[in-house]
Amino acid sequence: MATTHVAARSAATGRKRRRSGLARREALWCYVFMAPAILGVLLFSVGPMIASFVLSFTSYDMLSSPEWVGPKNYTKLAADPLFLKSLQVTLTYAVVVVPGTMLMGLVVAILLNAKLPAIGFFRSAYYLPTVIGGVAVARVWAMLYNPEVGLFNQILGLFGIDGPGWLTDERWALWSLAFMGVWGFGGTMLIYLAGLQGIPKELYEAAEVDGAGGFRKHIFVTIPMLSNVTFFNLVMGIIGALQVFAEPFVLTQGTGRPNNSTLLLPLYLYKVAFEYLEMGYAAAIAWVVFAITLVLTALVFRSLPLWVHTEVSDN
Amino acid sequence: MAKAEDTGGRPLSRTEITVRLVVLTLGTFAVLTPVLWTVLTSLKTAQQTLQSPPVWLFTPQWGNFAEVLQLVPFQNYALNTAVVVTGVVVGTLLSCSFSAYGFARLRARGRNAIFGVLMATMMLPSTVTLVPTYIVFNKIGWLNTFLPLIVPAFFGSAFFIFMFRQFYLSIPKEVEEAARIDGAGYVRIWWSIFLPLSMPVIATVTVFTFVGTYNDFFGPLIYLTDESKWTISVALSSFGGSPKIGPQLHMLSAATMIAAAPSIVVFLLAQRYYVNGISVAGVNK
Repeated sequence: MATTHVAARSAATGRKRRRSGLARREALWCYVFMAPAILGVLLFSVGPMIASFVLSFTSYDMLSSPEWVGPKNYTKLAADPLFLKSLQVTLTYAVVVVPGTMLMGLVVAILLNAKLPAIGFFRSAYYLPTVIGGVAVARVWAMLYNPEVGLFNQILGLFGIDGPGWLTDERWALWSLAFMGVWGFGGTMLIYLAGLQGIPKELYEAAEVDGAGGFRKHIFVTIPMLSNVTFFNLVMGIIGALQVFAEPFVLTQGTGRPNNSTLLLPLYLYKVAFEYLEMGYAAAIAWVVFAITLVLTALVFRSLPLWVHTEVSDN
Repeated sequence: MAKAEDTGGRPLSRTEITVRLVVLTLGTFAVLTPVLWTVLTSLKTAQQTLQSPPVWLFTPQWGNFAEVLQLVPFQNYALNTAVVVTGVVVGTLLSCSFSAYGFARLRARGRNAIFGVLMATMMLPSTVTLVPTYIVFNKIGWLNTFLPLIVPAFFGSAFFIFMFRQFYLSIPKEVEEAARIDGAGYVRIWWSIFLPLSMPVIATVTVFTFVGTYNDFFGPLIYLTDESKWTISVALSSFGGSPKIGPQLHMLSAATMIAAAPSIVVFLLAQRYYVNGISVAGVNK
């Protein structure tokens, strides 16, 4: 009795030890497998993020060693007319492009979400602009915006209208850039399309029973049911709009002209870092961009209960 | 063709189908107009590009494409781009599938927290990390080489790790256990069982990475200072100011279309994977 008890116990601890040995081996391998990702996060995200924060309190031109200047870069930013202009330009751009892209994406997704002939062709066609790189997009649109022989002013000319200098007139340049940005609504559209396919058909049937027509059905069923997708598109749209670089760089040959009206923040950051070689100041700009992104994202998150529809379980 | 239905599964009448098709066709035309206009311009003579009102009927100058390739060392740019894209695709596939195996199939303390941090990096604007990363690559002498563009790809990328992980989570445990009994180690299981099984994910990640890297502009612009190292996107950005191409709209258009073609072609050939990938991105958030 006693011996069997002891034997059973030692067998149990043996098994336990073996299992914990196996678990430890598994854990070790788990870390080995995760290692590239962990290193990647440390080397290319968290590390540089901290480094850029430290750097933003220095003056550094890459030739002499960095010099600690305290919060001077930030106070300089607050009084830098170019930075303030750039901030204003960027926010204006985002306020136009983010909702514009989402509205276009939603409307086209609803139109496309039907079993129609050639639906695959339409979907690809609307998505196509987003696979063209920023540089080529800028080149393509420069052809349309050309003041003398571009398509837009040629068309306006047919009606006897003397079209503006889309990219050279300060009043138009940012709008031209934003219009071009909305052209890339394909990504938002596809995400909406995926969301639409997940809406239960019964809801529409119920709405119909209640007498809702086509438009009202979308207002009362589609839009609330897609609110989580809208939230995703909104957050990603904000992050994306604050990072647009290639288009203004190519269209203005890196200047942000006319009169800095297209000087989006990434372009200004590029100039400060790589033309003026003020790395500390550039890091400060980067952190302000990051802070703005965080604040806007946080605002969207906080507003969630106001407009995001959550499923109520039926039990 | 299945019967036409709308979002709510309601059958569409003939008129409704017609109206939708007309609206969609007009929309498609509007969306593709910028590209079509550039294609038209690329096939004109220099003199025709300057005419107002525009000429619509003309003999296409296919020779423009050959000519623009002569004006600049295009082969050189294409080769550079191919090196970068290949490096990034290989690095991304290896590192992301490798790490995803750990996240999906092995247990260790802190694994989920690490995964959370990794996912959070997706929200990090690349501008924040830009300056220090550039300084370090500059200090270790990687400026004007492809290394700053390729090496980071070997350290995973949050979204693609997520995609591989989702796929690996769906593979039944038995697959692994049989191999374990045969004495296979984890690395062998990843390499000879999981990787071959994940072809659909590999295809999606390849297409995404190809298009993304091919189109990337900021990285090549700051790291590749010497013209002999330029990628196609950097070269295309410089053509506007180039005396050989710049003012000639037909040449500029031809160069633009040549530069845009690879990512368009890859997208058209692999749209199935592309569309799936985008949907995954949206639905899982």
